[in-house]
Amino acid sequence: MSASPATSTVQHIVMTGIVLVVAIIVTWLSYTQTPVEAFLFPQLISVFFLGLALWTFASAVLRLSRAGEGIEFAAIKNLAPGLAILLVYVFWMAKAMGFYAASTLAFFLIFTIYDPSSHGAPRSWLKRLLVTAGFMAVIYALFTLVLKVQTPRGWLI
Amino acid sequence: MEFLNYFGAVFEPTAMLLLVGGTIGGLILGATPGLSPTMAVALLIPFTFRLEPAHGLILLGAAYTSTVAGGAVSAILLRIPGAPANIATVLDGYEMAKKGLGAQALQLAFLSSAVGGVFGVLLLIFLTPILAQWALAFGPSHLFWMAILGVTVIGTLDSKSVVKGLLSGCIGLWLSMIGYDDIQGTERFIFADALTGGINVIAALIGLFAIPQVIDMLTKGREPADVGILKVVPHSLMASVREICSRPRALAIGVVTGSIIGLIPGVGGQIAGLVGYDQARKFSPEREKFGTGHPEGVIAAEAANNAMVGPSLVPLLTLSIPGSPTAAVLLGGLIIHGIFPGSDLFENHPDVAWTFINSMLIGQILMVIFGLYTAGLAAKVSRVPKSIMASAVLVLAVFGSYSVQQSMGDVYVMAALGVAMYFLEKYGFSAAPLVLGLILGPIAESNYIQGSLIAGAGDGRAVYFLTGGLNFFLISLVVASVAYSVWVSRSRPSSEDSARETTT
Repeated sequence: MSASPATSTVQHIVMTGIVLVVAIIVTWLSYTQTPVEAFLFPQLISVFFLGLALWTFASAVLRLSRAGEGIEFAAIKNLAPGLAILLVYVFWMAKAMGFYAASTLAFFLIFTIYDPSSHGAPRSWLKRLLVTAGFMAVIYALFTLVLKVQTPRGWLI
Repeated sequence: MEFLNYFGAVFEPTAMLLLVGGTIGGLILGATPGLSPTMAVALLIPFTFRLEPAHGLILLGAAYTSTVAGGAVSAILLRIPGAPANIATVLDGYEMAKKGLGAQALQLAFLSSAVGGVFGVLLLIFLTPILAQWALAFGPSHLFWMAILGVTVIGTLDSKSVVKGLLSGCIGLWLSMIGYDDIQGTERFIFADALTGGINVIAALIGLFAIPQVIDMLTKGREPADVGILKVVPHSLMASVREICSRPRALAIGVVTGSIIGLIPGVGGQIAGLVGYDQARKFSPEREKFGTGHPEGVIAAEAANNAMVGPSLVPLLTLSIPGSPTAAVLLGGLIIHGIFPGSDLFENHPDVAWTFINSMLIGQILMVIFGLYTAGLAAKVSRVPKSIMASAVLVLAVFGSYSVQQSMGDVYVMAALGVAMYFLEKYGFSAAPLVLGLILGPIAESNYIQGSLIAGAGDGRAVYFLTGGLNFFLISLVVASVAYSVWVSRSRPSSEDSARETTT
């Protein structure tokens, strides 16, 4: 799923622009923060970082860059629900609900949304529930019983 | 030939049981994304408390060897390297799996791992004193250039854009500096609480390789499972043996590169597979096939990362200098038994030292047998629908990154880097050089600082870092690696055009 040439050029400019901004911030911090001794290595690396970022940005603006196909709108539409679940799961649910409850819910939601099986058939819902329960049981056995990992508990487990 | 006197000890029932258990466990842990060899060995150390020192080391050595090889399973079938050493295996192994050659890729991986591993352990046995002397010749400036060479070589591995590959390496080097400076204790680039302790390499590795894969699976929406992507067709083992025998160049380059890199203290095994892969590609007449599912890519990468294991123990066992992070954990395993590496180990505990080394040799054979058995079962992984695979990899990535330090900060870093990497990859950036920058950054920085201190008392930084035969040689390699890749990328369009003209 690659974007059209015009869209891809704009996307390349935006992405390389973001990298350039990061490079400028890193370089600025490397040369302004103290003590200087702690930033000797960052100063050395940031010169190359900034130089390469400028080159890449200029290549994108001048349309010399051909690496990377960009992202098509249809792909963004497809991944949006899953990406939203991923971000909410990691940055909020895991700690608020509890690791196992949040993981079970996230697994089930992504599986259900992207499962090509019919959403109307009771059998497919049963299959999803059983697969989710089975997978989480394996995760529990591996991480809690074998590796003794203490996971965060929220409202649930 | 002193080692031959201690071979019998490896075949004692307890020792064999631990060797087999460590090998199987290591293969499973290695194949599980997020469970690195270092983590596996560290997790096993408490289990060795009640064992005899030699038996404890047999267990740790078996786990070390087999986790490196086991990481190839997830690298080939899931595009998630089980360990940093398997990063290069992803490049062609996953492409082979996508073509339905997953079983062949796994067989090639385990067979070449065994060849590399046996060669590495034989080096450990026969050349320990000589090679340890050579590795010791590296000073801070040489180790600094070695780390930089690692990043530039990997940066140029990106076949899409040399500049973006190098830029990815720079991003990785910058990420490695986040947190507190080791010498001054100064805060650097800490923009959020989760970054206070710096960026954990294992969490970053999981995020950079697993999350883009999860998101990529989601972009297809509710499409029925594409059985062609990870179709694993049964493949004759003898055909794989013949395949390896027909590609001696890739195997030899992987073995030699891995052995040399394993010997260098501090550099460790992460870059062995990548450098072996890169060198095999550069010397191959079929270099354009690399990255498209070429068997030589898998052979060179796996031979190199396992050839590194034995030599990485040379500086550890003779001079207490770990050759890799996992070797550093092994050092802890020795010390808890009251055994200190060096002349004391071989003079006062030869039974422990040689039984351990011999067990690693036998472990290579066991690794192939059990590894190939894993390869036979691998077809089951490919039948899992993408909706389940994406959910499973996401949950595994979250648990794997959390279990490293039991820190939510690592999970946040994993997810943030992973999502960012997905978008960066779409515009020509690469995860491999970024990860290498992250891993080699601390090595480069500590040696740069040490070198600067030495230079301050001498003729200055420029003279210290830029002069001397070994420095000149390493700098030349850095420049040659970049120049060669630029030349190849510039000549590629014209050669492609001529090829197109020929076909039309």
